This record gives sequence, structure tokens and C-alpha cells, in this order.
Amino acid sequence: MCASVKYGSRGPALIPRMKTKYRIYYITLFSVVLLGLIATGIYYITLFSFWPHSIESSAEWSLDRRSVHDAPLVRIPMSSPIPERGDLSCRMHTCFDVYRCGYNPKNKIKVYIYPLQRFVDEVGVPISSTGLSREYNDLLSAISDSDFYTDDVSRACLFIPSIDVLNQNSLRIRETAQALAMLPRWDKGMNHLLFNMLPGGPPDYNTALDVPRDRALLAGGGFSTWTYRQGYDVSIPVYSPLSVEVDLPERQPGPRRYFILSSQTAIHREYRVELERLKEENGEALLLLDKCSNLSQGLASVRKRCYKGQVYDYPQILQESSFCVVLRGARLGQATLSDVLQAGCVPVIMADSYILPFSEVLDWKRASVVIPEEKLPEMYTILKSIPHRQVEEMQRQARWFWEAYFSSMKAIGMTTLQIINDRIYPYAALTYEEWNNPPVVKWTSVNSPLFLPLIPPRSPGFTAVVLTYDRIESLFRVITEISKVPSLAKLLVVWNNQNKSPPEAIDGLSLDQTHMVERSECINKFASVFATMPLKVVEHRADPVLYKDDFPEKLKSFPNIGSL
Amino acid sequence: MQAKKRYLISLLTGAFLVLLFYFGGGVPGPAATGSRSRHGYSRPEQPWPHFSDPLQHFSPWDQSDTEEYNVHISPRQKRDVNSSVYKGKRCRMQSCFDFSLCQRNGFKVYVYPQQKGEKISESYQNILSTIEGSRFYTSDPGQACLFVLSLDTLDRDQLSPQYVHNLKTKVQSLPLWNNGRNHLIFNLYSGTWPDYTEDLGFDIGQAMLAKASISTENFRPNFDVSIPLFSKDHPRTGGDRGYLKYNTIPPFRKYMLVFKGKRYLTGIGSDTRNALYHVHNAEDVVLLTTCKHGKDWQKHKDARCDKDNAEYDKYDYREMLHNSTFCLVPRGRRLGSFRFLEALQAACVPVMLSNGWELPFSEVIDWNTAAVIGDERLLLQIPSTVRSIHQDKILALRQQTQFLWEAYFSSMEKIVLTTLEIIQDRVLQQTSRSNLMWNSHPGGLFTLPQYSSYLGDFPFFYAKLGIKPNPKFTAVIHAVTPLVSQSQPILKLLVSVAKSQYCAQIIVLWNCDKPLPAKHRWPATSVPIIVIEGENKVMSSRFQPYDSIISDAVLSLDEDTVLSTTEVDFAFTVWQSFPERIVGYPARSHFWDNNKERWGYTSKWTNDYSMVLTGAAIYHRYYHFLYTNFLPNSLKSMVDQLANCEDILINFLVSAVTKLPPIKVTQKKQYKETMMAQVSEKKTHSSRWADPDHFAQRQTCMNKFASWFGGMPLVHSQMRLDPVLFKDQVSILRKKYREIERL
Repeated sequence: MCASVKYGSRGPALIPRMKTKYRIYYITLFSVVLLGLIATGIYYITLFSFWPHSIESSAEWSLDRRSVHDAPLVRIPMSSPIPERGDLSCRMHTCFDVYRCGYNPKNKIKVYIYPLQRFVDEVGVPISSTGLSREYNDLLSAISDSDFYTDDVSRACLFIPSIDVLNQNSLRIRETAQALAMLPRWDKGMNHLLFNMLPGGPPDYNTALDVPRDRALLAGGGFSTWTYRQGYDVSIPVYSPLSVEVDLPERQPGPRRYFILSSQTAIHREYRVELERLKEENGEALLLLDKCSNLSQGLASVRKRCYKGQVYDYPQILQESSFCVVLRGARLGQATLSDVLQAGCVPVIMADSYILPFSEVLDWKRASVVIPEEKLPEMYTILKSIPHRQVEEMQRQARWFWEAYFSSMKAIGMTTLQIINDRIYPYAALTYEEWNNPPVVKWTSVNSPLFLPLIPPRSPGFTAVVLTYDRIESLFRVITEISKVPSLAKLLVVWNNQNKSPPEAIDGLSLDQTHMVERSECINKFASVFATMPLKVVEHRADPVLYKDDFPEKLKSFPNIGSL
Repeated sequence: MQAKKRYLISLLTGAFLVLLFYFGGGVPGPAATGSRSRHGYSRPEQPWPHFSDPLQHFSPWDQSDTEEYNVHISPRQKRDVNSSVYKGKRCRMQSCFDFSLCQRNGFKVYVYPQQKGEKISESYQNILSTIEGSRFYTSDPGQACLFVLSLDTLDRDQLSPQYVHNLKTKVQSLPLWNNGRNHLIFNLYSGTWPDYTEDLGFDIGQAMLAKASISTENFRPNFDVSIPLFSKDHPRTGGDRGYLKYNTIPPFRKYMLVFKGKRYLTGIGSDTRNALYHVHNAEDVVLLTTCKHGKDWQKHKDARCDKDNAEYDKYDYREMLHNSTFCLVPRGRRLGSFRFLEALQAACVPVMLSNGWELPFSEVIDWNTAAVIGDERLLLQIPSTVRSIHQDKILALRQQTQFLWEAYFSSMEKIVLTTLEIIQDRVLQQTSRSNLMWNSHPGGLFTLPQYSSYLGDFPFFYAKLGIKPNPKFTAVIHAVTPLVSQSQPILKLLVSVAKSQYCAQIIVLWNCDKPLPAKHRWPATSVPIIVIEGENKVMSSRFQPYDSIISDAVLSLDEDTVLSTTEVDFAFTVWQSFPERIVGYPARSHFWDNNKERWGYTSKWTNDYSMVLTGAAIYHRYYHFLYTNFLPNSLKSMVDQLANCEDILINFLVSAVTKLPPIKVTQKKQYKETMMAQVSEKKTHSSRWADPDHFAQRQTCMNKFASWFGGMPLVHSQMRLDPVLFKDQVSILRKKYREIERL
């Protein structure tokens, strides 16, 4: 029980007020319980009898047939319309219908996934050579299992087609575009989100998906600054299947056997020559790996790298280096980035104009080094100039980025949706710290709620809070003394004795022997709740400037302190 | 309430809850995610099914685009192609900026000489003189990396009196124009009534724009810089501080949301303002518009004008600004409006309603931490949105407005320097600031990335990173007298400092004209003594960022300082708690002299202080770097010429950065007396305190410094830090720093 009394007023009779408070509390509780019951009832009724019949096309599916081959076949007429090419000036406020998302107290967007269909052209050839890929399936099931998902198309704010466009190479572009336009809610691609990781195709390798998509948002894995619509598209990583195949335990940050490691196999000749020159200059610090020529193609070759006949395991070897080179290939986005991060190796990214994955929210300066391609010959000197402690922090940060945002299709999908969610409800967006601080830092760092260096003026004064239990006499003494202080604005007495009302008469005081013991117990209890000891020990104490100096007391701003 | 009754009720409640659980437990809430359980008793409402088929990977294991790529054009050629294709509206640093100009001499900015007969507005004049006074300036175009025109491009509204005609030909005739490559063009206003386009009215070629009210469609990311709209009266340097003097908790003010501004009856920009009255409730949401503007507003006036105008006159804008939690910032004629900076300064959290406005310095500032970014299309939701914001968040937003205002917006100088620093960060790439440096105290202008790219090397981020400063210090002793006898105070000082358990090394800075004494003359100590011969033997060399300083903390000492080991130890433990401040012994104070109308300096023992002199002080080594690289040559050479005031200057600097006073720690009584004694006994030039001019000079310094900083950064303090049991009546044996009170 606790009551606040403005200084000067006598303690009022608190008990009756308390009663009403409790009464209201219980009444509310009862109503909540009742309402809950009613709601459950209604829920059951709807479930069994009037289930809304608005769910589209998927009605004929049943449980036991969960194979992609059973998805309904859709034939695309030759003349079916093709969406517009995609508008480079699109932004959330021009190409996105925010009314669909609406206001909701949770500040969460609702995402609808189109049911799977198999699109074929007029002669029955599928629009994609792979159909639904394992990764896209993982992505969609992760989304459907998440809080973002809604099955109610009319409540959805974002629509995700089930047409897999992760890899442009396996697509027939024109037909895929036609298929998109056939989606029932397509509406010029408004509020539709496409996921693509490998954009473009030979010979030019465009940096964004070539499928015409009108106003649809693109979560793309290889954007350049010229194709990325800032604040509209989302730059995503290229998923590396090794993320699930290989379990690399986290290594403590610190120096590694090699300083720089290059593990990519698809490096252009020009760059390989430059890397080799660097290797000549700096010797053992660099390790340049390439494809193993004697191994057959296939899975085995993916997991091996060679240098002069010596074979290394990939991606394990990445853990042996402080820095790992991630050079652009034909495309800007490289799956190697994911492997490198997973190994806790600091990526050295050389891909001019590349928009780094999730760069809208992630601070890549803390986890990577970005070097212009032109400066490849200076790489060694640039990296050498980075302080050791920073390299260690980057190693930790790299691993954390992988764990949180790269490690699975689910992580990639959730991050993408969260970024879009943050744009729609910016006032409820995750903070920089929430996105970027690894758990270690989250636990140890201090973010004071009063972070502005302010020295408040004396004028508003201060509020004195006196905690009291039973010792009336000393309470009155404290009140009399404190009230002499000119800066006192208000005095708050917290009456902490549940069994007694605040004083009118003065009781006899007793010195409580158990007091100190109790307080120690309190401290232990609090520390266990905080799971750590938040109090810090200091060896200094703030005193007035002339404290206890041989100086006339009357000249001191705070005379008589310490002279009691 | 009787206990029985209470128990009964809670029991009943419990029973109900249990019932509810059994009844409804199997049913997930409507929003629940699990899908499997639902299939049991209803048709599947089709979340994504978990397919059982073996599916292919999206990209085959042997990505074989390599070969194709290798025979194709080389990456070098591809880069060249990019830079020739992406011009004009698609300019980026990679395609429209020549980095090679910056490699030779670093980031230097050239300002064209002003031509006769060209009128330049005061604002633009201020921008130019700020650049000329900054450390980036060069007068040699051959050294420059960035060029700034002397032609006034701030106001490109044809109807404005400031409008410069024939800019196109004037610009084209400049010999260094080079189609705008590496040029920066400042602009506040563009376009005119009725549509206010963002066209500048001349071909800017490949030049970068630092422009106010720029829209996301026209903004070229990482190439242009969005700057805030500021008024003619915006101060050139210094600038007013934010209005927030203290935090109130809970952080609510009289009004929740306010706005007071014009409504335009003709031309663009008023759609949102026209609708504001729907949200106005005349209580805590006060949104006022007036139709009165221009000469003939009456001609165009609509049905609401009279009512709106009457309501408008009822409220005082400044009163509302100071007493509101949120301030609405809707677009005006252009996307940005003056309301933005006004609200920011007033600690009134801006609620942006200006779709498509690329917010000022958006490249580096995380505006979600200081403003609420609303959507004009959702105007009617704005009140419920701001009401839903938790009070902790409001407290943080409000403090951040003040930080940003003081760090980047309060003066023209800050706006211009921030613009230049952003471009410098792009040019230097590796040594650029991280997000945290820009968005947390003390801000990007005071956090120089050239010092270190690691946040933990700065004094400001220890708490944020959850780390502690290095537990050792380096002592730097400033020596100006030759070493003649073994009883000189410097030798005693060396011994007592070296005995400190926290001492890593001692650097003797030899600023004496006599040659270095032989090695054996220095006392033998457990820590290394490094003797450095001062560069030019000038005062400022004591704050050089010497590479040999390896610890975070620097203990700066005069050669005649008398300090005991205990005092050093205690000061260092205090510094560990306040690593961003100066912690030390000799305290001084400043005051405003009303008669002379200037700042005064006093060394009297008073009740407060605002400086701790570097004769015996501990501070972070970063301040050496800042002193050398941030302060202008004019101030440093003044210090060198006078051989005085360097300690005042560093106090100015540190207080300007931290906005906090230094910290004085308790010293042994004798310190002052021995100091005084020394002063009176030897009248050599070494004891600069004896010089009668010395004091007068220090007054002059104060005023010179204050004018460069654009205000008085020093802050008074009345606090001294003593060891916990200092002079308390307990046994001396229980005290850890007992030396300090012993005479």
C-alpha cells in the first residue's frame, strides 16, 4: 500500500478509496472473463457453421494431397496482357496503397499468399523450368506461419504471389509476366511483393529482375544503385544453401591463421591477376583458393577448394581467415557473402554500386569493409589499417548478421516483411539498436533513457520522496529540515505500513535489529530478478567545491555541509 | 477489505480462467499462426501447405555463369560504361564524380572568387564565408576536390528579388566548370507559382545538389544532399540552444498536437492543410490555418476562410510551440517548411506530413528517432497515431530533437559543415562515420572518423557498446626548463606518477630550447619514459596526437606540478567513470563582466568552476586529435604566439563537445601553496604564472575563443569529487585514499 500526500496536508483516510479501487478491478476482471467466454462461443459457431466462403480457388484442395503436382493448372492465353515494365520513380507514397493496411493497434501489416497454381502456356509448357523451388517453398511456409500472415484476402495489405521468381534463369520472362497479371488481385502490381535473388541473364546481367512487374515491390538480391528504388524495394541477400547444410560453430573473435582469404571460383581473370599480385607481395597472409580441377562437377566440388594441388574444405576454411574477399561476379549479389558471414569472417566487399542486403536497416560499416573495385590492389594496406579491436567486433557482428538475417529463408523473409512493416508504421519501427546490436551488446550496453546532456536550471526545483514505515518522529524531523531547502518544490511521503494509517499521533520508536538483514535480503532478491547486479561501486563522492576546506563557512555556497 | 472475501473472489476468478482454458484451449485465437490444429474440424483455410515433394534448389549447385562472364567484357570496361551512361538524373558518385581529384590533397573545397557586379544574398554570403573559414578550404583550384560557385543559387524562384538572371550563360562561361563535375550547388527555393517545380532554371550538368525541399523522385541517393530550409535570420555561427531545459516525466505537455500556418487558396501545396480542420478539436489537438496571405486573398476565399481565420487569431504560435508534445509539419508550397526547424528547436516532436520529402541529411540522420513520419493520405489517423506513442518513446524523441538541433541545425555553419562532412564521408569511404556517430551525442561534426574507425576508441560510446576504457593512462609532462639539478620538481613528479598502479608510460615533451638531457639524467622508473622533442617548441604541441600515446587516458602535467601517487590514482578512478570529461585538480572559472561587456577569467577560490587546467588533468586522448585537427589555425597560432591559453582552449573544446563541465577532484592541501611559493620564488620565464600580462592575455583568449565557438561553451559546476570517506570521522586506516587528507 502506498499513498502520496502533498506536503502540508494531513494524511487522509485512504481505506475507503482503496475499496472502490479493488471493486472496480474485480468487476473489470469478471467482465473480461465473461466476454472471453462469449467470444469463444461465437468463434466455435462461426467455425462450424458459417465459415466465410470467400476464399479463392483453393477450395478443392484437401489435406491428404499435399503435393505441388496437384496444384491447379492454369493455361495462359497467348494474348494475355503483360504488365508495364516497372516504374523507377515508384515510392511508397505513390505506388503503394496504404489504405489497405489501415490503422491497427499492433502496427502489423497483414500478408496474403496466393495459393499455388501451375502456370503453363497455350501448348502446355510450364513458365518455369524448376517450378516451385525448395527455397521459395520454405519462404512462403515461414511467412504463413508468422504473425504477418492472413488468409483473408480482403484484409491483406501485402500480397505475395506463389509464382517462384527467385532465379530469373529458370523463368520464361514473358509468360511469367502474363501469369502475374492474371492474379486475381494484381491491380497493376499494387501492394504485391516479389522475391528474386538471381536477377538478370547473359550477356548483360541486369541488376534487377527483368520480368515486367508494374508497381510491384521487389525484394531483390543484386540491386545496383541505379535499379534500386530507395525506400520502395528491399535489397535482400542471395541465400546460400550451405547455411543449412553445414554447421559452423561460432568461433571466438580474434586473430586467424590467414589475414585475407579469397574463396570464390567465379572471379574474373582481371581480378584474379590482381589478387595473385597481392599474394606475391604479402605471401602467407593471403590464401587464394580456386576450383579444384581434378574433382568432378556436382555437390562434392562445391564443398572443396584448392590452392596449388592442396585441397581445403569449404566453407570451413573461411573460419581460418580474418578477412574474406567477396568480389562481384556477373551479378552483384553473391551467395559467398552468406558463407563468409556464417564463418564469422569479415567480408571485404568489392562490388561497385551494389546495394548491400537490408542496407536500409543494417549498419554494414560495423560488419564489413567495402572497397571500390578499382582499389583492389590497395586492399592489403587498407585492411591492415583497421584496429584489432574493431576487427574482432566486426567478426562478431558478421556472425550475428548471418544468424539474425541470413541463416534461413525464414530469416530473409521475416526481415524483408519487417522492413516493409517499419515503413508503413514508422513510429513503431524497430530501432537502430534493435536491428544492429548483437545479444552480447544488448546485454552489456547501457542506453540511458535520459541521454541528453542537460544541466537543469534550479527553478523547477526538486521533489523530495520520503519513504516511511513507522518512525514518525524522525519523519517529522526530516520533513522540517527538508522544507527549509529553497529548491524544494514538492514533498512526497510514501507511507509503507499496510497495517496502519498515516500518522496522527506519535508512537514510541523502536530500533529494528532486523533492518539491515532485511535490506541485504532485498538486495539479493532484486539482483536475482535483474539476473545481474546493476549497482556499480564507485570510490568517489560528490561534495561542494569548498567542502571542508579552511575557508569561512559564510562564503561557501553550501555552508555547514559536513559540519554537523 | 476482508481477506476472506478477497480470497473467495480470486478463487472464483481462477476457476473461471481454468474453465475458459479447457473450453477454448484447443482453439487458437483468430490471429494465431498454427495451422495444423485447425485442419481437424474445418476445411483448410489454406495457409501455405507444407509440401512433401522433393523440390529443387532455386539455383543449381554448379553455378556456371562464370565461363560466360569471363569471355564477356572485363569489369573495368563495365565500370567505364556505367560512368558514361548514368548521367543527369541518374548521376551517382561512381558515374558523375571524379574521385582522383580528392586523392592527391584530401578533401579540399574551392570557392570561386566573387565577380564584380554580382549581387549575393546574405545567406549565400554566409555559406561561402563558412566554407572559407573551415578546415576544408583551399584557395588553389588545383588542389580542390570540390568546387562551390560564387554565383548565388539559393533562390531560384523567378518572382523573387534575389533571383539571379542568365545563370546558364554565367555558369557555362566559368573556366573550371567542366560540366559541373565535382561541383556542389546550394539551393533553398526552386520553381514558382503555381506549380513550384524542382527545376533550378539552368543546366547543372554533373553537379551535386545541396537542396532544401527535395523530393525522393528527384533526389539522387548518395549524390545529392537534402538540407533543411532555413530563414534569412538563421545565425551564422553558434546559434541558439534548444528550448528544452529539463525533462519532465511523464513527458506530456498541455497540447498533444499543434499547427499554425497559412492555407493557400491558389496554386499547389494546400491539400493537406485544407483538411486540417477535420482533426482540430480546440482542446489538445489545435490545428489552425489562415487564408490571409498575399494581397488579393479575399478574391479567392472559400466558405471556411472566415471561420478558420477567427480561430487562427485566438492562439499564440509561440505559446503553442512551447507547450505541445507534437508539432505538425505539413508541406507548404514546397515539401519542406520553416515549421520543421522551429519544432525541432522547441523540442516539439515534428509530425511530418509531406509525402515524398527527402528529409534533411537523410543519408546520415535516422529521423525515426526524432520525428513521427506520417502519411498525408492518413491525416485522419494522425491523432490516434500520436496518442498511441508510449511516453518512454516520447521522452526519447524529444531529447533527440534537441541533440539533432544542436548538432546539425542551429546555425548556418553547422548546416554547411554537415553537408561537406557527408560528402567527405563518401569520398573517403573507408574512413567514414558510422550511423552511431551521426545519431548519438556528440554527433558527426565532433566525431572525426580519421582518428579511428573503431567506436571504442572514442570517449563517447563506451556505455553504448558495453565496454570500458583501457585501464591505464599515459602521463604527458610538458617540460620547458633545462634539467640542471636533481631536486627539480619534474623529477619528483616523474617518480610519483610512475608509482601509480594505473600508469602505462610517461612521455616527457621537451619544449625547452636547451638540448635534450642525457638518458641517465632521468630517474629510473618501473614504467618506460619516452622523451619527445616538441615540434617547433610551441604550446599546441602538448596536445599533439602522438602515436606513442597508447592508452585511452592522458594525464597532462606541467613540469612544476606537485602531485602524489594517491592523487593520481584517485583522479584516474574518477576519470574512468567520466571518460568524456576533463578530470583534474586546478580549477578556474569564467564569468560575464557586465561593465566591460565581455567574458572574464578568474583563478580565485570560489564556489564554482568551469575549467580544470591541464597542469594536472586526465582526459581522453581523442581530445588531442580534436584539438589538432578540429580547431582552426587562427586559434592555435594565437595560443602558440602567446605561449598561453592552451589549457583554456582545450576546456572550451571539451565543453563544446560534451556540453558538460569538467570535474574537479580533491587535492592535497599543499598543492596550491607550493604552486604559489614557486611562483614567488623564481621569476624565470618558465613560471608563466608570474608574468603580469599572463592574466590579461587569458581574458583576451577567452573572448577570442568564445567568438569562434559562436557562444560560451563552458559550463559551471559546483561539484567536487572526493574519496568516499574523505574527512569523515572514521579511522584513517579504513580510508583508501588517506594521503589526500594528510598534510
